[in-house]
Amino acid sequence: MLILECPYCGVKAEETELSPGYEAHLKRFGPGSSDEEFEAYMFARKNPKGVHFERWRHVYGCGKWFLAARDTNTLEVFGTYPAQSSEPPADLQDKIKAKRPDWKGYK
Amino acid sequence: MSNVVSALGNASFAGFAKITEVGPLGMISLRAKPDVKGLAEAIKAAVGTAVPAPREIEIAGGKAAGWMSPDEYLLVLPYGETDAALAAIAQAFGGAHHLAVVVSDARAVFRVEGAKADQVLAKLSPVDFATLGPKELRRTRAAQVAAAFWKDGDGYTLVCFRSVASYVMGLLTHSAMPGSEF
Amino acid sequence: MSTRLTRGGRLIDRTTSQEFAFNGKKMRGYAGDTLAAALLANDQMLVGRSFKYHRPRGIVAAGPEEPNALVGLGKGARFEPNQRVTTTELFDGLEAESQNHWPSLEFDVGVINNSLARFLPGGFYYKTFMYPRAAWKHLFEPIIRQSAGLGKVPKERDADRYEQAYAFCDVLVIGGGIAGLQAALVAGASGARVIVLEQSAAWGGRAPVDGDLIEGGSADGWIGAAVKTLSLMENVTLKMRCMGAGVYDHGYVLADEKVSDHTPGDGRPKHRLWRIRAAQIITATGAIERPLSFAGNDLPGVMLAGSVRDFVVNFAVSPGDRTVVVTNNDDAYRTAIALKEAGLAVPCIIDARASVTGVLPAKAKALGIRIEAGKAIAKVKGGKRVTGVSLCVQAGEGSVLEEIACDAVAMSGGWSPVVHLWSHCGGKLTWDTANAHFRPDAARPPTGADGAAMVVAVGNANGVMTVAEVLADAARGGAVAAQAAGFTAEAVAAKAQSVAEAAMEAVWVMPQGASPKLRAKMWLDYQNDVKVSDVQLAAREGYSSVEHTKRYTTLGMATDQGKLSNINGLAVLADALNEEIPQVGTTTFRPPYTPVTLGALAGESRGEIFQPLRKTPMHAWHEKNQAYFEPVGLWRRPYCFPRAGENHEQAVHREVINTRTALGLLDASTLGKIIVKGPDAGRFLDMLYTGVMSSLPIGKCRYGLMCNEQGFLSDDGVVARIDEDTWLCHTTSGGADRIHAWMEDWLQCEWWDWQVYTANITEQLAQVAVVGPNARKLLEKLGGMDVSKESLPFMQWADGTLGGFPVRVYRISFSGELSYEIAVPASMGAAFWEALHKAGAEFGAMPYGTEALHIMRAEKGFIMIGDETDGTVIPQDLNLGWAISKKKADFLGKRGQERNYLASPDRWKLAGFETLDGSVVPDGSYIIAAGKNANGQGNTQGRVTSTYHSPTLKRGIAMGLIKGGLSRIGDVVEFNTVTGGTVKAKVVDPVFYDKDGEKPNV
Repeated sequence: MLILECPYCGVKAEETELSPGYEAHLKRFGPGSSDEEFEAYMFARKNPKGVHFERWRHVYGCGKWFLAARDTNTLEVFGTYPAQSSEPPADLQDKIKAKRPDWKGYK
Repeated sequence: MSNVVSALGNASFAGFAKITEVGPLGMISLRAKPDVKGLAEAIKAAVGTAVPAPREIEIAGGKAAGWMSPDEYLLVLPYGETDAALAAIAQAFGGAHHLAVVVSDARAVFRVEGAKADQVLAKLSPVDFATLGPKELRRTRAAQVAAAFWKDGDGYTLVCFRSVASYVMGLLTHSAMPGSEF
Repeated sequence: MSTRLTRGGRLIDRTTSQEFAFNGKKMRGYAGDTLAAALLANDQMLVGRSFKYHRPRGIVAAGPEEPNALVGLGKGARFEPNQRVTTTELFDGLEAESQNHWPSLEFDVGVINNSLARFLPGGFYYKTFMYPRAAWKHLFEPIIRQSAGLGKVPKERDADRYEQAYAFCDVLVIGGGIAGLQAALVAGASGARVIVLEQSAAWGGRAPVDGDLIEGGSADGWIGAAVKTLSLMENVTLKMRCMGAGVYDHGYVLADEKVSDHTPGDGRPKHRLWRIRAAQIITATGAIERPLSFAGNDLPGVMLAGSVRDFVVNFAVSPGDRTVVVTNNDDAYRTAIALKEAGLAVPCIIDARASVTGVLPAKAKALGIRIEAGKAIAKVKGGKRVTGVSLCVQAGEGSVLEEIACDAVAMSGGWSPVVHLWSHCGGKLTWDTANAHFRPDAARPPTGADGAAMVVAVGNANGVMTVAEVLADAARGGAVAAQAAGFTAEAVAAKAQSVAEAAMEAVWVMPQGASPKLRAKMWLDYQNDVKVSDVQLAAREGYSSVEHTKRYTTLGMATDQGKLSNINGLAVLADALNEEIPQVGTTTFRPPYTPVTLGALAGESRGEIFQPLRKTPMHAWHEKNQAYFEPVGLWRRPYCFPRAGENHEQAVHREVINTRTALGLLDASTLGKIIVKGPDAGRFLDMLYTGVMSSLPIGKCRYGLMCNEQGFLSDDGVVARIDEDTWLCHTTSGGADRIHAWMEDWLQCEWWDWQVYTANITEQLAQVAVVGPNARKLLEKLGGMDVSKESLPFMQWADGTLGGFPVRVYRISFSGELSYEIAVPASMGAAFWEALHKAGAEFGAMPYGTEALHIMRAEKGFIMIGDETDGTVIPQDLNLGWAISKKKADFLGKRGQERNYLASPDRWKLAGFETLDGSVVPDGSYIIAAGKNANGQGNTQGRVTSTYHSPTLKRGIAMGLIKGGLSRIGDVVEFNTVTGGTVKAKVVDPVFYDKDGEKPNV
């Protein structure tokens, strides 16, 4: 059972205090978007064995959504950061690159 | 007002710790960003405390202000004083964006008292009581429902939703059964 | 015969005698006994029957690895099946019964399976599935069903309480033997928070039994001092009778504390399941001895050598007067020496090794014990207990050299580290050829949240086998763990003298060239009756994967999960496949280490607090007034209020008619209520709802629909504009939390620069729907505010007081009648509800429940989320296009609804249905269409979504989705029924009652 530190309140919350929100950094495509764009937004989800970015909500705590970078294979957590981020913080990306030289980036 | 009743009518249970449903207690949910003008004045006017630090609760007599999230505070005060507090809050904020709403009736409040009160809660919540700060307001779950508690005097005050008050009373009773202390 | 010795027994208290019963027979033991020790002390060698062949079985081991000696423990509401006698502490009044036999333990009819053994080979179950098919149904299935299962299922509700608790530490030590204690001493001294778990009721493990000397004194002395030191450390918690069950992600460990198994009925919880979060975990879980595979190794009296020693030293119980020891290592000589020193006879030590040179064999020889090197047991003689063994050479095929009379056999095939907890969360193993066992590979440990090792194995569990090395390894492990948890620790180990042991020799079959006949009597898995011959057969039949072989033969699938059989079984498989053991590998170790009772896993979640039941402020009134409740999410809402002599259907119909003709009161408190406030609140709601909410005038109400991004309908409800920047959104009863979370998701993650706050105030307000032609009369009687049509018209709201209660009144109607929905603070809900009933009596007020609500809304053609919608329905399907703004550039779901297949004229759309015969269309019915689909199933053209008997129209009415929707009005279609027939119905307008909506608008 995972532990993720909520970047808003600092609680090291266990998984039962959180609710998952699946892949992070999706770009919303609304009216006017092509079928391909909408399909990518709605359905095409990454499922990597390795570094992955996810949305989590501290639902039994401060109620805030945050983002987490972790390895889906080893469950190593590289870091958590606020949901109001359009891309992972640079220092977090550096940390992941150092630990996983083969990592191709979050996009 | 005689028509006002708390969720369980102040039910209690004496096990290795004492459980009491208290209230009705006045509560206001205040949502505002920490840097918004008027926040400190609003909290001071409503409950007489400073703005609580993250994850802490400031207690002053029968009133308190707790930090619930980066833009949410829980104000605790006597049940009958919420309307006056709302007015004071509105005045303090002027036109600044905020939301203050009475939630007194949406909550049930319990006191868990005794030397081993923490054990009652440790059976229900994934919380490390050894590292719980003296002023910490911990939001978590108690078994299957949301709860928040803080240390106050020789025990803890626990807040949950009113609709699950009898469930939470059942949990606390089960956990405080005589002989089940560690 | 097995008996109690007159002297010794380090764990028993001879001054406290305890009476217990086995199969109704009264016996006596001592405080400190395990049930196994007490049974052996009473010469109860035969304790059970095996699963498949019903062979007589005795106690093999002294610990949790015991496969045979499972009993039903306790009576009635405290009965528990499949309890291991070796881990059951004796208490006065204990009652146990043996399992898996009929009619009695001594005489069991099922043993006939034993003579049929050659017809019940490995994979027997799977083979019976294959052919002939009739044989499975009429022959095999009834037999297997009859003989399947070990213990009996308890019939009564469990009388005991269980609980769970959370604990946190820096270093968790699993195992309270000398390794665990040494590791804890080192970690504790560093200042780290340490928890030590010991599964049994005694600290120290097996070191005292082996006679090890630590710091110049007895192991017992050192253990006592160590426990005392630890108990005085404030940062150390010792937990006895607490089994580390499983290691999970990020240092999460489950441990099962047997709080009152040994003191049943004393009021304490029976078990407490600890949910421990540790920064570092030390597994000091010891090792388990392996049986040797020789013919007849399952007879009662054949035991593990170390366990024989445990019984003698710990409990002063001898398994027999004459015990033959059979081994492939030096350690088993300790058993021979212990037996001899206890005054018992050891006719022979049979050692499979050709050359026997060690210190321990020399000591045994000096005690006058005969040692036969390079020899083996060809066969154990006896029926329900051992009477002797026949000796042969290990290198041969089993020609008998000599018969040796004995009443017990102590066997040792070497020791396997308990690697279970190391392995649970991904720790890898390495094969140790010298000791012929798998041990933890420190280079490939389980890793935690930081990507670093989170488990350290120490002592026997790490494959370190002698006492001095164990203590040094444990001190090292304690320091490593404490340092990893952020403390400064020094690996200071207690000093001990180890007796040098000569190398063991792997022996997987005894004798090595044993005939098929002998191999068919060599048991690997005692509980599931898997023999050497079964594994070899599986290999011949093509099973080369150890995981497949396990499932095919059921090797290691019994309640002991292969603690004794695993290594022996895969060694036999490897040999049969001509591969090395490490290439074949092991099966996966999964938690729990030993079975955890379901009660502990359920914890407090039983009875009244099985799950949270949400109750409205009026719940007590409903209970007092005989409400029949139904679940709505976690809420319990009155379905109806039956009166004396009424069934539910009659009650519902009365409630509908009364509401339509007089006055009904509905507890609508569960309705979701969410405040949305801020300068951008209008803009936000316009994105959330398909319609426009920003233009709603203050004081007015508007019905709105919410869709998910795919365009499918997700929730609906009435929105009220409270002031310039505040709206109140009503959601469905089940949807309040979900919709509030949905709002917060968009505000936090997408439009975080919008100035909007939300608050879910669902529970702040009790809400009552006052419904029916007399509704206004009631409110006027209560008085306090103007509720006239002029002051408070339909689809408006107003604040005020009624009968002294502070209220907000909404003129909205889900029933089609004149209706006021009135909100009061929840703390006044009960009083307000009672006041309405009291004042409403003269107007015919009656409470109504959810079923009457459903019928009335269906009569009006109002949709219900979850009935008309199922996550694949768009508002247009329900003829709700009027509630979708054409002007808005964007709202959640707009793009999804633009997908071309959602615009298809073939989509099923909402219509009403009236059966031709007035009956009620069965729930779940489909509208049949001509022809069959590709799978040969009948085609369909629609389905029912809501179907009721309308008491108002006195006939069956239904809503449903049908291809063509309202364009089909007038058609007659057929709904299928469960019994196979069909019901004919006419397609009609779904508004059955008051089509022009005049009734609520008065």
